[in-house]
Amino acid sequence: MANGEREAGAVPLPAPGGAEHPTPGGDAPAGGFVQLLTPDGERVDSVTTADGMTYSVDFTDEEYRKLYADLVTVRRLDAEATALQRQGELGIWASLLGQEAAQVGSGHALRKQDMAFPTYREHGVLYTRGIDPIMPFGLFRGVDQGGWDPNEYKFNTYTIVIGSQTLHATGYAMGITMDGKTGSPDGEAVIAYFGDGATSQGDVNEAFVWSGVFNAPIVFFCQNNQYAISEPLERQTRIPLYRRAAGYGFPGIRIDGNDVLATYAVTRAALDQARNGQGPSLIEAYTYRMGAHTSSDDPTRYRIASEVESWKAKDPIARVKAFLAKQQIADDTFFAEIDESAKKLALDLRERVLAMPDPQPVTMFDNVYPHGSPEVDGQRAEFERYHASFEGSDH
Amino acid sequence: MSRIKEFPLPDLGEGLTEGEILAWLVKVGDTIELNQPIVEVETAKAAVEIPAKWAGVVTRIFHEAGTTVEVGAAIVAIDTDPTAGPVPSAESLAAVEIAPAEGAVEPGLIGGPAPGGRTAVLVGYGPKNTTAKRRPRSGTPSGSTTAAVPPPPPPAGTAVEAPAPVERPAAPANGRLSGPVLAKPPVRKLARDLGVDLAAIAGTGPMGSVTRDDVHNAAAAPQAAALTSAAGTAAPVFDASREQRLPIKGVRKLTAANMVASAFTAPHVTEFLTVDVTRTMKAVEKLKARREFADLKVSPLLLVAKAVLLAVKRHPMVNSTWSGESNEIVVKDYVNLGIAAATERGLIVPNIKDAGRLTLRELAEALTTLVQVAKSGKTPPSDMSGGTLSITNVGVFGVDTGTPILPPGESAILAFGAVRPTPWVHKNKIKIRQVTTLGLSFDHRIIDGELGSRFLRDIGAFLTDPEGALLSWT
Repeated sequence: MANGEREAGAVPLPAPGGAEHPTPGGDAPAGGFVQLLTPDGERVDSVTTADGMTYSVDFTDEEYRKLYADLVTVRRLDAEATALQRQGELGIWASLLGQEAAQVGSGHALRKQDMAFPTYREHGVLYTRGIDPIMPFGLFRGVDQGGWDPNEYKFNTYTIVIGSQTLHATGYAMGITMDGKTGSPDGEAVIAYFGDGATSQGDVNEAFVWSGVFNAPIVFFCQNNQYAISEPLERQTRIPLYRRAAGYGFPGIRIDGNDVLATYAVTRAALDQARNGQGPSLIEAYTYRMGAHTSSDDPTRYRIASEVESWKAKDPIARVKAFLAKQQIADDTFFAEIDESAKKLALDLRERVLAMPDPQPVTMFDNVYPHGSPEVDGQRAEFERYHASFEGSDH
Repeated sequence: MSRIKEFPLPDLGEGLTEGEILAWLVKVGDTIELNQPIVEVETAKAAVEIPAKWAGVVTRIFHEAGTTVEVGAAIVAIDTDPTAGPVPSAESLAAVEIAPAEGAVEPGLIGGPAPGGRTAVLVGYGPKNTTAKRRPRSGTPSGSTTAAVPPPPPPAGTAVEAPAPVERPAAPANGRLSGPVLAKPPVRKLARDLGVDLAAIAGTGPMGSVTRDDVHNAAAAPQAAALTSAAGTAAPVFDASREQRLPIKGVRKLTAANMVASAFTAPHVTEFLTVDVTRTMKAVEKLKARREFADLKVSPLLLVAKAVLLAVKRHPMVNSTWSGESNEIVVKDYVNLGIAAATERGLIVPNIKDAGRLTLRELAEALTTLVQVAKSGKTPPSDMSGGTLSITNVGVFGVDTGTPILPPGESAILAFGAVRPTPWVHKNKIKIRQVTTLGLSFDHRIIDGELGSRFLRDIGAFLTDPEGALLSWT
């Protein structure tokens, strides 16, 4: 095929021999995906796709344990955030439950110099970048504007607008090319995160066009969690999402997004291609959002319980645990330790979130322009006078 | 800070103003952990569980299930340091009777005179303070913006203060509300203290609510229960606060009526058959790989449906209705195949009309559509009537099989259990095979054991070797 297009799907689907019948939405997708760790925790040595790419991982026991610890930790922190929202301490929360492997696997695949552009759900990627997990909570608590220095962490701020970050990422990728930072094994690469719903956005399609035409060093990482809020995948596409890439002239591949090993292996290979100057690629991580779209959503209104049940059997963490236990890489003591340390982190996070100070209303004028403007300064002065007119005002 | 903390209902979803308490998952006196689910609340957006914000002991539940509560109103109080000994009395749960400081308050309203010379005060609350929440502007004469009714002084030492609750009972039907018994919290406490079951009292208050006098009268009347327990062992008192009352309505009501009608008219017999379905599972994989099935959901259920349809052709009598009125058995030449679906709204059994005439691909299409429509909650009534024979796919829940109850008017229903890898004798060797258990319930008025067994055996034969059965039967 033209333009070095790869065809994924060399991997036969795992036999549906589990305790469950495959149910609609719950069975493995037709066409297959790259999987290195089955839901039962069986390791697949390596997978070779139709275009001759071979994917595998070669982790030490310590690295396997680290992956497991990260998966458990990001799930535990996420659960704490969900609870904080229900307790009135966060305005809203977008849970990553079910998508831990796609995020932890791809996050670890990034090299230090690589730049990531997240949506508002990439708490797991954020964690693997070594960023304090408290960082996005000001945004969800409504006490700051969710800002941090993207250059410091090589992790852009959360983007709420659906899909717009793919254009920012494409621009950034074209920029580092112009700066001569790609084209070698030590080069830089960019990863843009988005969901299945975002693929219907103009922004994402524009990003695909530009990246394809200008050979931008970018990996488009789509977490296909099957629902765009309430709209199922069949309302986004008539073909598997990874096959969209062919139309834009770059490779597309589908991975088992609940398999942290496959996610790591494929993402790392795609990033290395990008940094070596071989252009963009699209990864469709086939996964499932186990929770609600956000805390304002009720998924029971648009999907049936048996579908969710069928995905529970494909849990991204349970399979790693099964693998570690079977291979005697880790034992119950280790698992208990990880649970305990994740719990400690979560409680610490809770304390710190509750201690976040409420901002003064007037701070809303602080970051409109870097050096102020007569118009905004005037509004600020008027606002301060208005607040000072109340009894007991600090202003 | 007080050790008893009150948890106000938060805005659970971006700009909501109220929520309905669906069910309490804890009760007063329960020791709870941080983040333990304590209550289910339904808002305009979603029904959610709220996790406890503090560990401790539940000392008070402010609103019962079924109550609509404003965002910001306290719903539960938690003693965050229960090991520190008894709570100072002013903080305790006992009724705090608050007299209004001054000024006339309309009878019956909180703070106003109540029958019996008492003052109507909701336990633990002062009269609702209607003063605007906004801070006064500088220079405004003090007090001019307060409401006509000044709030009474709070009871001395009361460390907790809660906003007034908003209770919105449904409109009364025939003067008496259905659902939870209506009674004011002080009356509930009185009833609890006197060991009177509120549910057993016919209320004489507004909207059929139980009044203080009703409780006293009930307590004064000799009770049969008290007499029987006079020997000394007091019978435990289970009051209504520990029971959850769900109105019977909607799909639940319909399901119940159908199940009762069916269970008590058609004598059910259930038979089981455990079969090796490895070939069926392989056939499913083969079908998935075929171009004509590319965009369809192909599952083992599809082949089970096909098996049932083919077996019906060999035993048409199973596809019939007992018509007691006309003294006839109606044997149908068409199969409207019902598929039981668990939806959030409850059990529904939509059916595929004239399924016996469909090709396998058409059947797959119909199943796909049926599931999608059921999933979206938009199954039209026409899809749920006229079923002649049904399948219930209980295997998706991971159970082996069941003894299903016939949908009214149908004479057979098949339960399809979980498919599990199982040690099985295959070609005289023990192999790991994909095995499932089928359960067939049938109406014994029409179907004898022999017919039912043959029918079930044929379904099993198809699933054991679908390709062979297709070749030899059709």
